[in-house]
Amino acid sequence: MLGLTLREVSLALREGKVSPTELCQRCLHFIRKTKFLNAYVTVTEEIALKQAEQAEKRFLKGETLGPLDGIPIAVKDNFSTASIQTTCASQMLKGYIPPFNATVVQKLLDQGAVLMGKTNLDEFAMGSGSTDTIFGPVRNPWGYSRQYQERCAQNPEDTKDSSDWLITGGSSGGSAASVASLTCFASLGSDTGGSTRNPAAYCGVVGLKPTYGLLSRHGLIPLVNSMDVPGILTRSVHDAATVLGVLGGHDPKDSTTVPEPFKPFSLPDEIDVRNVCVGIPREYHAPGLSKEILAHWTKAAELFEKAGARVVEVSLPHTQHSIVCYHVLCTAEVASNMARFDGLEYGHRSTIDSSTEVMYASTRHEGFNDVVRGRILSGNYFLLKQ
Amino acid sequence: MAASSAGVCTACTIFRLSGRYWFSRTFSYNNNFSSRNVQTTTLHCQSQPQTKRKTDPRKWVGVVGLEIHAQIHSNAKLFSESGVHFAAPPNSLVSYFDASLPGTLPVLNRRCVEAAVMTSLALNCTINKKSLFDRKHYFYADLPAGYQITQQRLPIAVAGSLTYNLLVRQKWNQVVTKTVRIKQIQLEQDSGKSLHDDTRSQTLIDLNRAGVGLMEVVMEPDMCCGEEAAAAVRELQLILQALGTCQGNMAEGQLRVDANVSVHQPGEPLGVRTEVKNINSARFLARAIDYEIQRQTDVLESGGWILNETRSFDYKSGRTTPMRDKEGLQDYRFMPEPNLPPLIVYDNKTVPAHADPQQVVNIDQIRERLPELPNVRRSRLVEQYGILPEHSFTLVNEDGLMEYFVSVARETKAEPRKIIGWIIKDLLGLLKQHSLNVSQSPISPMSMAELLNLLEAGTVSSSAAKQVFQELWKGAGSSASQIVQKLDLGLLQDRSTLEQICRTVIDSHQEEVRAVRGWGIFHLPSKVE
Repeated sequence: MLGLTLREVSLALREGKVSPTELCQRCLHFIRKTKFLNAYVTVTEEIALKQAEQAEKRFLKGETLGPLDGIPIAVKDNFSTASIQTTCASQMLKGYIPPFNATVVQKLLDQGAVLMGKTNLDEFAMGSGSTDTIFGPVRNPWGYSRQYQERCAQNPEDTKDSSDWLITGGSSGGSAASVASLTCFASLGSDTGGSTRNPAAYCGVVGLKPTYGLLSRHGLIPLVNSMDVPGILTRSVHDAATVLGVLGGHDPKDSTTVPEPFKPFSLPDEIDVRNVCVGIPREYHAPGLSKEILAHWTKAAELFEKAGARVVEVSLPHTQHSIVCYHVLCTAEVASNMARFDGLEYGHRSTIDSSTEVMYASTRHEGFNDVVRGRILSGNYFLLKQ
Repeated sequence: MAASSAGVCTACTIFRLSGRYWFSRTFSYNNNFSSRNVQTTTLHCQSQPQTKRKTDPRKWVGVVGLEIHAQIHSNAKLFSESGVHFAAPPNSLVSYFDASLPGTLPVLNRRCVEAAVMTSLALNCTINKKSLFDRKHYFYADLPAGYQITQQRLPIAVAGSLTYNLLVRQKWNQVVTKTVRIKQIQLEQDSGKSLHDDTRSQTLIDLNRAGVGLMEVVMEPDMCCGEEAAAAVRELQLILQALGTCQGNMAEGQLRVDANVSVHQPGEPLGVRTEVKNINSARFLARAIDYEIQRQTDVLESGGWILNETRSFDYKSGRTTPMRDKEGLQDYRFMPEPNLPPLIVYDNKTVPAHADPQQVVNIDQIRERLPELPNVRRSRLVEQYGILPEHSFTLVNEDGLMEYFVSVARETKAEPRKIIGWIIKDLLGLLKQHSLNVSQSPISPMSMAELLNLLEAGTVSSSAAKQVFQELWKGAGSSASQIVQKLDLGLLQDRSTLEQICRTVIDSHQEEVRAVRGWGIFHLPSKVE
């Protein structure tokens, strides 16, 4: 049952093959069993069961809210959730309980989704491994798969002991792992420079980075305001489209969302790519690209060609500068966004408080890890006029 | 435009240099701390001997620019829905965004944009149809986000002017008109308030004011002294109050003024300027600026040089002192505000066809709705009532006085000029003496009108009327007519009674009558009055 896609399990719920409460309990059980993955920071057992109960009542009356009603989901721990701890995997916000829900979280809850918990991430979404977190790194479920264990056994010189594990990628590693380990049917991540797509690839799930401005960022604790988007992780492309349909649309609380009305769409059952033109950027064939990746890339291009799509080479001439530009812009915004963490209104406050300046400095030193502090310093350097 | 500050200031008493002894100094005009060159060249003497001057022979002219923060009169703050009220319980008007809770985003308040457009139009500015928001970073406890959202790169309006009036008291009560250029008007957030509790070594933060909308009006250094600055601020206050975009109460912090002050000799480059902050009323503004001009003059006279620094005005001592925590240059690390798209305002030509009127600010519509501005009002009063310009100046300048005058004028046939005399000399005089404002006047417009009608009808003489006025002021509740009756101040109207009284007086004062006939001096004995 847990291996089904969202679409499939939604159908099963509607057909009465399984009840929301049962589904919720199974997921909770699985979360307990896969605790070693460290995918969850907070498991919201009581809340989930209550929500499942309410969904059940709706199903019995035949008044379901939509395709997400009764479906267990997980949310990355940098989305504000009312009355539920939101830590961003940082000392700075450990124990911080927001008084409001992020818009996308609210939309999920309004559709009857059942919140399993908040997932682990790189501190403040800075990282691509989900290893820089105060709660310990997230482990890739595939590292415990039978195939991987067998492969390890076949190569004695590569024997790893039981403390070896594989990373999930990041920064939405917890979200990817939670979906890949079948503890939920969809989860929310965030994507600034690949933080949803990267862990999705590592964990073998679908990771969608919606276009900036399509989904509201209200309540998403920002990394880079001009690049962040809430990301969607699911086990099938159809599921991603379903969730996108629920979450998209203008939000008056977020002035960067596109004002035009959003029309949810559905994917056709038969995908016809004959009208699709696929571009392969020549600059992405960069030195150092592994043979395995090149082979898969080529294979994907051939698949499209065989199916009738037009596959052409394109040029993105500034590719070589992109990472540098990203770093400058990212660190500059980080330095700005992190300025609000001073221990005064919320979050961690240092006990060293001989003066306001000293308190600020010690709070921020204690609250942030090296990565965050490094980016703040770089960002301030870039923003300085002289 | 530096020439405008090089003329003789009409209100100041700095005399023109015409003595032949002078030191030549070279200043490098800059705002930074770089080393300054102060050279003293040889004393230039002319061959002719000079009379010794008692007054300061060097002419130093003040150069004053202003940065005025006007709190926008709106129901909600600039980027959040919290209310805007003075003296509310601490931290009772703070939304999640104002407290900088992570994940909250700014949403622009349309009323604040309209207020800025209205003010810009009233100050003859060019409105930038596209303006941008930026973040200005510094750490301070009353700035929860660690940055202020302002408009540094491209503000909403630029290049305007403010015309203001000065009453020249020395001669003929003349009104002099001056103009100051407005460099720009920008929208920005106000900060919270810090209350320093030194006894418990703690600071208490009230965020009620954090995020309230401000219009920063930057005035170029076209003014030369405290009086000009105060007059300019007063006129701005009247304009803002007429528009309703700011209530302009300096005591409540709705209008805050920082002055940039420097001195120089005409023809020389501008001197190093200091910024004077913490000025809480229009009265202190003039004093603070004049003190600073004098202080800088004294320093330069004694061979010193001016530091580019921020100074705080202490109203108790009347002096400015350096503000310690603003030492050194601050780099505000300006960055575009990524959560706010460019602010676009429209006019009738550019407004999109199917735009939602709730989402659009139309400059032309706002211009049509502008209320009567103070200078228009003054001209109208002069034209409508035939009063002198300096009188309409006073009427508009005193809160409520114009309305008082108009009410009185409605109820009496007395000539407006006469009414003006009573209102400005007598009523306003007494009000000032007792530190009352017009709304607190014990004499209502109706009472005043009644008194004037009695005077017009000849029921009382002008000196009796003054007495009645004094009685009315005491506010015992009697009307003018009642007071006249009670104190028997009425003029006798009956001719025969008058003749009889005169006869009696003449008969009993024969000596005086002979004297009068002899000298031709007309002097009425007091008995007849």
